[in-house]
Order: sequence, then structure tokens, then C-alpha cells
Amino acid sequence: MTGEAQPASALPAVAPERPSRAPYYLVAPACLLFIAIVLVPIAMTVLLSFHDWGQYKGIERVFILKNWREVVTDSYFLEVFVRTFRIAVLVTLVCAVLGSIEAYILNRMGSPWRAIFLVVVLGPLLISVVARTLGWALLFGGTSGVVNQALIGLGVLSQPIPFMFTETGVVVALSHVLMPFMVLSVWAALQRLEPQVESAAASLGASQGTILWRIVLPQIAPGILAGAIIVFALAASAFATPSIIGGRRLKVASTLAYDEFLNTLNWPLGAAVAVLLLIALVLIIVSANRLVEWRYREMFR
Amino acid sequence: MSRNGPLALAFHTLFVIFMLAPIVVVCFVAFTPEAYLSFPTTRWSLRWFRAIADYPEFVAAFWQSVWLGALSSAIAVAFSVPAALAIARHRFAGREVLLTLFQSPLMIPHVVLGIAFLRFFTEIGLAGTFFGLVISHIVIVFPFALRLTLASATGMNPQIEQAAVSLGASEATVLRRITLPLILPGLVSGWALAFINSFDEVTMTVFIATPGTETLPVRMFLYIQDNIDPLVTSVSACVIVVTVAALVALDRLYGLEALLIGRGKGEQ
Repeated sequence: MTGEAQPASALPAVAPERPSRAPYYLVAPACLLFIAIVLVPIAMTVLLSFHDWGQYKGIERVFILKNWREVVTDSYFLEVFVRTFRIAVLVTLVCAVLGSIEAYILNRMGSPWRAIFLVVVLGPLLISVVARTLGWALLFGGTSGVVNQALIGLGVLSQPIPFMFTETGVVVALSHVLMPFMVLSVWAALQRLEPQVESAAASLGASQGTILWRIVLPQIAPGILAGAIIVFALAASAFATPSIIGGRRLKVASTLAYDEFLNTLNWPLGAAVAVLLLIALVLIIVSANRLVEWRYREMFR
Repeated sequence: MSRNGPLALAFHTLFVIFMLAPIVVVCFVAFTPEAYLSFPTTRWSLRWFRAIADYPEFVAAFWQSVWLGALSSAIAVAFSVPAALAIARHRFAGREVLLTLFQSPLMIPHVVLGIAFLRFFTEIGLAGTFFGLVISHIVIVFPFALRLTLASATGMNPQIEQAAVSLGASEATVLRRITLPLILPGLVSGWALAFINSFDEVTMTVFIATPGTETLPVRMFLYIQDNIDPLVTSVSACVIVVTVAALVALDRLYGLEALLIGRGKGEQ
């Protein structure tokens, strides 16, 4: 909107905001929908986690701490939650390192490769998670699987290691499933980068390594952290991938809750596991967001 | 005019192989002529694609997913339009809280939503109904619909509407003739992104789908839980091909990057 100056009195660009009920009427339908279909069911689930359950009596509407005591004290549940968060941390690290490097390489590509490979790397995000996980199950396929043969061929491994039904396999497959979120987040941060700053550093004699470490990385760090939060949250609550690759034995929090609900039919206990997962994730995400905002408040202004 | 060195290109090549390998392998195995999982080496066969027709559960689940996705995405877009107009144009108390509420299905684990819906629908007598599936999918795809309707409502010049009003158009006319046509590309893309997400959703749906109302990913997931055979790879290959076709179309129409980040082509 440069160029001809507008007469200030002719048309106010935006009507001065006066308190009006209009926005409330406009958001009311969606708001009511969310209260009825999201908040009420979640409140009911929290309530359910305090109910009692027995093999023959079913769900009993009482208020007891039995399920919560079991979830918090039983070492089996602790083991599952520790495994869930261990997998989530590893997946986040793999995605952060590989995804950031790939986003940086993509950003330096010329036309048309940049656009093509961006679609290749981000596209899998929209392809069915079940189909992609099936692909990993086919690639892992026992100790003689394609992945093992390739890794031995490349000299990375000396002997085959099991991927199916192991945490390693779950981490690899989940990293693939969630990688696009990280690339997307770092890519968005790279778009805000001024290319001249890199050139300036180079002209002042900085080496490529120094430029990456001192100029690029600090500027895209908020993007990496934002991507890491998304990837962590999705990895910790992933269901289909750990279920297919991990099998029935290697349980994570979400597959455990599924089992309690649809196999054991102990709904109150399953609800307690799910609510605990929700609380843990909300706490982690909110504090991580706070930390990022506090650390980078200068940049967000 | 690539500025990447050989090391970077080697990394890039391995990365692309990593991203594509599981998708390619599914499509490849689907063409096996054997009765077991194997790579077609000498002979290619459409045997397992023909076999899909003999397994009516997959076909029924496919149509279930299509109708569910189309309907819930359309309703989600309809709900998102007034909300997007309010959020884009007004600063009102509770605006940030509402935005967080509307984005919450992205943050709440889908397992938790699945459990919550199962409990809720059992209590109000909607368990195992198509209606229950639709309202649960409206909620989970709503953030995607809102993201793109909001982007186009924000990008729209309010002076065009003011001009229409000053020329004597009624509010209804402005909405029908000015506002909706201007944000239509956002609505279409929002519907498409919502549809893809509904079509893919498995974690939440597996809790509330019953044998009569299973969606395609749920059927595939439950099938894989029992055994992995070439039939499920051919079904997956079909899903992949359809998704890739939709993806290419969307990329041409709107720009995939913009679609995923939430900005339209040509908008700042």
C-alpha cells in the first residue's frame, strides 16, 4: 500500500473496534460443538477413571482412587510410561537432527528441485499411517529383512539386528512417520532467514562450519524446538505404529489404554492410563512452550 | 544452481530413500504373483488387486471412509466459516482461549479422544452409529478446516465489503456475493485437507468403529493385527495411489507447502 496517499477522512481503513456481540454470535456454533463433543466427553473420561470395575459387576459408579493408585504404584505401568517417553525422546532427537539438516539442504536447492523434493519429503505426511507402517513392517521382516541387508551392505552393521517387535524398530518407523512435521517447522524458520547475513559472514572470512554453527543454527533454533515439541507430543501418543511394529508384547501408553478398553474391558483403568498420558503431555508441552517463548522472547517480541 | 556440496547431496539421497522406501515397497509387493509376501522378481501379477473385490469388508470400509470424510469435512468447514470471520476481524475477550479450544484436537492424544468418545457415545446411546462417527470426525478435522478458512478470511481486504455496503448491499447479499466467493478457495482447500485427515484417521476411530461402521484405515489396521499378507499390501497400494493423486492436485491448486503451513499462494 505504498504509492498514492489516501485522504485520511474519506474511508477509515478499519472501523474502530467497539465492543460488539457480533463475534460471540459468530463463534457460538463452533464453541457449543466443542463444549458438547470435546470438553464433556473428556470430563466424563476423567470421572470414569475414578469409577470401580469388576470382572462380573462391570463399571460401578463410585468415587475411588483404586485405578489411580494402581497406575501410579504398579511397576508394570511405570515401565510402559518410561518406555513411551524413551521412544518419544529418541524419535524427537532423530527427527530434529536429520530433519533440520534436510530442511537446510532443501532450502539451498535451486528450482525446480526444491519444489519437487519438498513435496517428496512432506507428502508422506498425508499418506495413511497404516500403509506407511506396513511398509516398515515389510522392510524389517525378520533378521533377513531388506533393512538389515542394506545396513550390512553399507557396512553399518556386521550382523543383523531385530527390528520387528523391538523399540529400535518402533523408533525408526515413528521417525519416518513424524519426520515431515520437523522438516516443515525448520523449513518455515529458514524462510525467515536473510540470505545476506550468511553472505556477510562468509565475506568477513567465516568458514562454512562457523556460519552454520554461529549464524544459521541460532536463527532456526526456535523452528527446531517448535518442531521438536510437535514430534514429541505425537510420538508419545502414537498408536498405530507402535501397535503394528511393537506387536502385542511391546506396550506403550496408548496401546496399553487400548488393551484395557477393548480386550480386558476394564474401562476405568484404561481411562486412568489415558488421562495420565494427557496430563503428562499437557504439562510437558506447556512448560516446553513457556521455555521456548522465554528463551526467544526477543525474537518474537 | 544447487549450492549443496557432494556430502549434502549424499545425505539428501539417503534421506529421500528413507522417506520413500516404505511407501515404494508396499506398492511393489502388491504386484507379487505368490500367495505369500515377496518381491515380484520375474513375474508381475494383478492377482491381489483382483482379490480385493472378493473381500467385501475392504470395499465397504472404503465407501464408509469416503462418505464419512466428505460429510464430516463439509460440516466442519460450515462451522469454521463464522468462527474464522469472527477470529479474523474482531478482537474480543476470550479470543485466544477459543483458538486454543479449536486447536485442541491436535494436541489431545487421539487415544484419549477415542476413549472419551467411546464413553460419551455409550452413555448417550450413539455407540456404533454412523452419526457418532460423523460428529467425532467433525471435531478432529475442525482445526484443519479452520486453519485454511482463517487464512483466507485474514487475507481478504475488508474494504471490498465496505464498498458493497456503501453501495447499498444488505448484509446477506454481502455474505453471499462478496465474502463467500472471496474465501471460497480457502474453503475448498480446507475441506480437502480435512477430508485427507479424516480419511487417514485410525487411532480415534478404532475405539468407536464397530464391524458395521469400520473405516478403511481401521479395517486395514485390524487386518494387519491378525496377519500381514499380500492382500493388505494391494489395498494399501490403492490408498497410496489415490492419496498421491490428490496430493499432486492439491499442490497444483494451492501449493502443498502453503497448505501445510497454512498460507494461500500469493498471500503474505
